[in-house]
Amino acid sequence: MTRFFALLALLMAAPVAAQNGLPSSPYAHQQLDDPVQEEKARSLMEELRCLKCQSQSIADSDAPMAGDMRSQVRERIAAGATPEEVRSWLIERYGDWVTYNPPVNAVTGPLWIAPIVLLILAIWLARGRFRRRKNSRKDAS
Amino acid sequence: MIAEAGLIALWLAASMAFLQFALSVIGLVKGQDELFRAIRPVAIAQGVLVAISFLLLVWLFVRSDMSVKLVVANSVAIKPLIYKISGAWGNHEGSMLLWIAIMGVAGACIGIFERNLKQKTLVTTLGAQAFISIGFYAYLLIASNPFERIFPVPADGQGLNPLLQDIGLALHPPTLYIGYVGLSIAFSFAVGAMITRDVGPEFAKAMRPWVLGAWVFLTLGITAGSYWAYYELGWGGWWFWDPVENASLMPWLAATALLHSVTVLATRDGLRAWTLMLAVVAFSMSMIGTFLVRSGVLTSVHAFAVDPERGSFILALLAIYIGGAMALFALRVGSVKEGSQFELVSREGALVANNLLLSAILGIVFIGTLYPLFVEGMSDEMISVGPPYFNLATGPIALILVAIMAAGPLLRWRRDSAKALLNRISIPVFLTAAALFALVLFTTSMSVLPLIGMALAAGIAVASFAPLWKRNLRRTPMHTYGMVIAHFGIAVALAGMASETSFTEEKLVAATPGDEILVNNWKIKFEAIEPVAGPNWTALEARVTAQYADEAIHEIAPQNRMFASAQMQTSEAALLTRWNGQLYVVLGDSDAQGRWQLRIWWKPFVTLIWYGGVLIALGGLLAMIGRLRRAGRQKKQRAYAEAMI
Repeated sequence: MTRFFALLALLMAAPVAAQNGLPSSPYAHQQLDDPVQEEKARSLMEELRCLKCQSQSIADSDAPMAGDMRSQVRERIAAGATPEEVRSWLIERYGDWVTYNPPVNAVTGPLWIAPIVLLILAIWLARGRFRRRKNSRKDAS
Repeated sequence: MIAEAGLIALWLAASMAFLQFALSVIGLVKGQDELFRAIRPVAIAQGVLVAISFLLLVWLFVRSDMSVKLVVANSVAIKPLIYKISGAWGNHEGSMLLWIAIMGVAGACIGIFERNLKQKTLVTTLGAQAFISIGFYAYLLIASNPFERIFPVPADGQGLNPLLQDIGLALHPPTLYIGYVGLSIAFSFAVGAMITRDVGPEFAKAMRPWVLGAWVFLTLGITAGSYWAYYELGWGGWWFWDPVENASLMPWLAATALLHSVTVLATRDGLRAWTLMLAVVAFSMSMIGTFLVRSGVLTSVHAFAVDPERGSFILALLAIYIGGAMALFALRVGSVKEGSQFELVSREGALVANNLLLSAILGIVFIGTLYPLFVEGMSDEMISVGPPYFNLATGPIALILVAIMAAGPLLRWRRDSAKALLNRISIPVFLTAAALFALVLFTTSMSVLPLIGMALAAGIAVASFAPLWKRNLRRTPMHTYGMVIAHFGIAVALAGMASETSFTEEKLVAATPGDEILVNNWKIKFEAIEPVAGPNWTALEARVTAQYADEAIHEIAPQNRMFASAQMQTSEAALLTRWNGQLYVVLGDSDAQGRWQLRIWWKPFVTLIWYGGVLIALGGLLAMIGRLRRAGRQKKQRAYAEAMI
């Protein structure tokens, strides 16, 4: 009896197995079973550029290459790689162009420093304004 | 004939712009008042002529006149009327003609309606407006004539990009353009005021309704564009930090800062130089946005016109106008006093913080958008800057900004005490803390920015109504209601963004007819696949039923459309809206086993994002109407008082 059920279960699992057995990218349109891993893969896919498209992430793209990349990302995450490891592997293959989260290096330095400089500039502008105000009131009194 | 008439109207409009510019320069130099009187009619004539030219182009599209090159490239004879009309601006030349037409009509509106500005400043303003127009007329007439004929005449056109055949995108560009170009009025006002050195509350009050009007259209345009991208592209995202989106966001940020600083100038006669600067920056951002989108330097989903040669023409125009205005500003900033003074804790203080933070966000978006182009131009390397960078860099600043937004309207002008403010704002602060506590306790895996965003939204939603507290609601001025509604709209949109980011559930399935899929409280059944046909497309349509908990069953039908003319496939998502969110179903391809790919999202409270956007625009509209009515009343009272004497 148990054997019968096992056989039945195997038969029912057949389509899934068949899909997994397909060439190239089984996980292009298939989520990982573990929701935590899927969430990790999903957030990473949103930060990777579809190289064949115009300004789309691989999560948003219908292009076959984006499907292949999604599958790669899911498979590697499922195999236990961290999202950052997968990202570096992709950067090695395709260059910095592939990630929407630009790495911090000599080229992108100004980009990352800019927000801080802008904020300091804003605070400096505001401070100068108010301090002047106080002084001028003292002068007036 | 129609095409030639359109071209003639365009040439005449351009010559009117020349005349308008010449009149203002000669009039100012020689000080001849007779010349001043001619300038309003000339501005109106220019507006009418360029509007006629644009309408003639629309007429060519409606008639599907295939002897015109632009119609051939962007239209087909068999297509719904609305998309024939929208085809007129769904392309490079047509959209530039729309741009200059709006600019001309805006100039005509100044000529007809503006009665509060001093004559000299008005004349200079119209001169500046004409000077900007001349550049764009030259661009159209020299580099991209929309009325060009084609010979031999082809049997039919090539059709409009199917993605653009959508009611959202038929209306989105004109709305956004009215906003973009409306800011040219603020720019011209600023140039006029800098030349005549007439900067003060009267000037600010004259400029404010125009800024508000442009801002309302920008807000609506961005909101509509965001919703269009959300449902038409079939990716379920509402903001991609795509360069073209950023191009529309940057003028909005500058205009938002401007309409707050102009209030300080109008009420307290402060921030004079800063307001002029912002007016210049706001329209500069509009022009830079147009350059980015129209020149082809970006290759993104939106860039349907790619032509670098035209790009250099626009770039030259940009350099002349922005460079000229900045130079003028540098020359005159010394003689424009900043105006009256105030303390850190005061309404002005909050508005200064608003301005500086908005400008910081603007700077970040600007750098993040242009830096990849810069790197590509200077080296062989290519980098991508996207959501992770923009969210991290602008998110925290935006949250501080909205917190200040909650407190600002509760502060007194000139000076106030921090203690009194804390007293007034205690309920919203408590609400924010309680919401933060509850969210940390009852939800899992919310990341920091959405978490704080949602907690803040709860507090701000209440705080935005605080300015009405203990006031006579019937005597409260309309512009105060406008501010309350706009600030409330920010809270609503913020809550929607935080909720969508944190609580969206996604399911990808390969389904055969008869399969049932569970997502959140939804029971979704894939019934069948059927072919359907529309006016200019055929599609495969999935029949899907969806049931939330034990409620009524709804039928939805996501499609995969094939457009005959463009050999292009688009995915039409099916949306099911409830008060607490949207179900979003997309039909994908079929696999070897005959199973169909379905992508299903449940997005709790996602609609709040666009409701918020509409509320913000509505608030701006109320503020504009309120200000105009008040100005009208005051004028009548003055006239009455004078008559009594």
